[in-house]
Amino acid sequence: MTVNKDQIEAHGLTTDEYKKIKEYLGRDSNLLELGIFSAMWNEHCSYKSSKVHLKKLPTKNNIVIQGPGENAGVIDIGDEDAIVFKIESHNHPSFIEPYQGAATGVGGILRDVFTMGARPIALMNSIHFGSPKNHKTKNLLSGVVSGIGGYGNSVGIPTVGGETKFNDTYNENILVNAMAIGLADKNKIFYSKAKGLNKAVVYVGSKTGRDGIHGATMASAEFDENSEEKKPTVQVGDPFTEKLLLEACLELMKDNSIISIQDMGAAGLTSSSIEMASKGKLGIELDLNKVPCRENNMTPYEMMLSESQERMLLILDDNKEEEAKKIFDKWDLDFVVIGKTTDTNRLILNFNTKKVADIPIPALADKAPLYERKYILKKSKKEKIDINNFKKIKIDDALLKILSSPNHSNKNWITDQYDQSVMCDTIQKSGGDSAVVRIHNKNKAIAISVDSSASYCKANPKTGGKQIVAENWRNLISVGAKPMAITNCLNFGSPEKPEVMGEFVDCINGIKEACEFLNFPVVSGNVSFYNETKSKSIDPTPVIGGIGIINDLNKVTNIKTKKSGNLIIVIGKTIGHLGQSAFLYENFSMKDGPPPEINLLNEKNNGLAVLDLIKKGIAVSVHDISSGGMLVSLAEMSISSGLGLKINKPKKLKNFYEYFFGEDQGRYVIEVSKNSLVNAELFLKKNNIFYETIAEVQNDTFEIEKLFSIKTKDLQICNNQWYNNYNAIN
Amino acid sequence: MMKSSVIVFPGSNCDRDVAVALKKLQFKNSMIWHKETELPKSDLIVLPGGFSYGDYLRSGAIAAKSNILSEVISAGKKGSLILGICNGFQILIECGLLKGALLRNSGLKFISKDIQVKILSNKSKFFNKYKLDEILKLNIAHNEGNYFTSKEHLDELEDNELIPIKYCDENGNINLKSNPNGSINNIAGIFNNKKNILGMMPHPERMSDKILSNESGLGLFLSLMN
Repeated sequence: MTVNKDQIEAHGLTTDEYKKIKEYLGRDSNLLELGIFSAMWNEHCSYKSSKVHLKKLPTKNNIVIQGPGENAGVIDIGDEDAIVFKIESHNHPSFIEPYQGAATGVGGILRDVFTMGARPIALMNSIHFGSPKNHKTKNLLSGVVSGIGGYGNSVGIPTVGGETKFNDTYNENILVNAMAIGLADKNKIFYSKAKGLNKAVVYVGSKTGRDGIHGATMASAEFDENSEEKKPTVQVGDPFTEKLLLEACLELMKDNSIISIQDMGAAGLTSSSIEMASKGKLGIELDLNKVPCRENNMTPYEMMLSESQERMLLILDDNKEEEAKKIFDKWDLDFVVIGKTTDTNRLILNFNTKKVADIPIPALADKAPLYERKYILKKSKKEKIDINNFKKIKIDDALLKILSSPNHSNKNWITDQYDQSVMCDTIQKSGGDSAVVRIHNKNKAIAISVDSSASYCKANPKTGGKQIVAENWRNLISVGAKPMAITNCLNFGSPEKPEVMGEFVDCINGIKEACEFLNFPVVSGNVSFYNETKSKSIDPTPVIGGIGIINDLNKVTNIKTKKSGNLIIVIGKTIGHLGQSAFLYENFSMKDGPPPEINLLNEKNNGLAVLDLIKKGIAVSVHDISSGGMLVSLAEMSISSGLGLKINKPKKLKNFYEYFFGEDQGRYVIEVSKNSLVNAELFLKKNNIFYETIAEVQNDTFEIEKLFSIKTKDLQICNNQWYNNYNAIN
Repeated sequence: MMKSSVIVFPGSNCDRDVAVALKKLQFKNSMIWHKETELPKSDLIVLPGGFSYGDYLRSGAIAAKSNILSEVISAGKKGSLILGICNGFQILIECGLLKGALLRNSGLKFISKDIQVKILSNKSKFFNKYKLDEILKLNIAHNEGNYFTSKEHLDELEDNELIPIKYCDENGNINLKSNPNGSINNIAGIFNNKKNILGMMPHPERMSDKILSNESGLGLFLSLMN
């Protein structure tokens, strides 16, 4: 039976794309084959609009073991240890069904990491919601947070940090990006590339049900008023099975029986089998009667397109089945040989002794459509901010307004729902610049930070792209880590719109420039397009997840000021850039002006200098300066410790607001003891680093001389209220 | 040398953590898989935290019926020392070694944070290294830690020093404000009548390493060696 026009359209394929399918098959396709093509050719799986541009990103250096193209990226952190990590979006499902959408987002990214032979050691996330005033926001926030916690807590991987932001741009399209980090032996990394003929293809894990059919296709289209109806395309997670699968896979990986392994993520059995065969330039033949099914009478179409969670496909070496099956039996998981590798280069599916699909594999992978979408690059905003507008507002009121805003408030309401301590290696939980997780049994740790700046990217995509990389680098430095590599999740609207595509291209240009300059390669990532509803796109929101390495656990710093009498130095020059600042947005609801410029040379020099000061033991607390500017960073350090600060009013100052709230880049605040000030200054002068000594730590009052004075306790109260108040009201 | 056995259920996830703390104190520890039918001779049996059997049905309910549990129960009845942490506490309740119930947290959310507990009795194998009224900072991470029991049993617990730890604030105040989960009388852990079986929601193993936190939890394992 061949397919008709309506079916082709319902599968999200264009007439031209179907023409190609016919050409590759040499005939019309049947419905099962159409489903398979649709699953492989959608944006989510094929990267058809983004691939051309992603190629520009730097993906290699001497520490990269595996760059993009595998389940996750792998870097070498010395002593035979490798860190395996990736970030991925689960935006569309989370908007439709927040708990399960977020939970399965976590499940999927964990599988990406342990598929490669790594034990997951930490989870991070970047979640973005619409305005708190939007009637959907509260429910989405609470569902997403409990979904992330519900999955990670149960599997027993600590969720150690992340970011949560609110902005009306996400009213109809929230973002849920989850990142997983795993630790592996660098000589025992597992890949998805199949090798060898007539090798057993083994299905392990949960049974296949009817959930999540067409999930990837759903995630490759914009929403409309009927998006609620898409609920059945959201998968349902079972963290318990994930935990069993994790342990079983890691146990099996101890010997050499696995040739290749791939998790069944988006597009399930279809994409996993094709990925393995295509990378190995082999064919694959499956007997669908053998697929373990959760429900009766499942059709080949349903089996191939189901996105049931917690499943894996393995290719085993000869004579290894029995031993491997024992392990999966121990963990009470299904283990079934469902097919074999062949030399036909074709995907052949059999069901009830009949051949039900026969597709050349290159047609599904390498020859999938690639588009060079039209794009328009945005002209950057040049408008000046009129600083005379601000004279009405008192500087301390402006500070309190920012500290009590949803985007800057203390997020304990969220993080208290995440187990941050399980595995007993979490040195620094959320609330600082980066999370710090020890490498088990060793005197070293990794630092992890996740960052985005959608308003900067909206105002100037290229500068914004550079800025998020730079901010991520700064956050890693601030805890004493040497930045190593990043993963990225690129959340955008429809690539079919030249303006959106322009934002995408320019953000990538910015990311590329910063990564190249800072020797900070991109080793994995994910693109999420079609974050739009009724033709309204979200602001461009690339998210960067970075990893840094700390080689001495005694040299980890945090943002907590340490001792009354110590001095505070600002590293980097303050010019007073207020465009796109938190000061403007939180106090005047203004989103005006260009974002601050990035000087990558200063960024690098200032960062490396701060890192040196930490290693020398001179900088005893460190915080980067980002959203909210210098005064917000200083306040956050005080809030964290409970100590106060006496801030000098700088001489010859044109404008207080610009000085204290400007978001100039490349800056850090560091705390040094009076005794080490001379050494700090000598070092900074020798390295030509601009710095200002601007404050002294004191007991319990936070003040700027002659301007204002406030108890640190009151700053804490102001910073602690928003989430509890918001979630208390029903 | 003290011998310990940590029972591993499918879904346990604090088994390694507690084993690390035990090994740090030179316990000779074995990990015992739930399908085993025999328990090696042990001075201490630990039921670790986690989500045994996914917490399906009720937290701890399915684990309470697993093979190894009948061995644990008979050892407990003979007087062996048993420590149930978090999910382990839930299992001890479900298998009847401890009385009462662990309800869902009063805030209806999973809670993971550092809290304080006060030592109300140090006359036991588990707490003899602590001072009376000492305040410990420990970590909790649970969804069902809201302890509840009958009036009679509660009186029995209070009268016989069977409540070694209660939630309190930094200054040792035991009140509604310092109660994280709604637990009756701020109970954080209880003994059976013979005081050889302890169930507690806070995780002592998470406070056994200076670089991560404090070492408040180590005292418990040190007490056992006393």
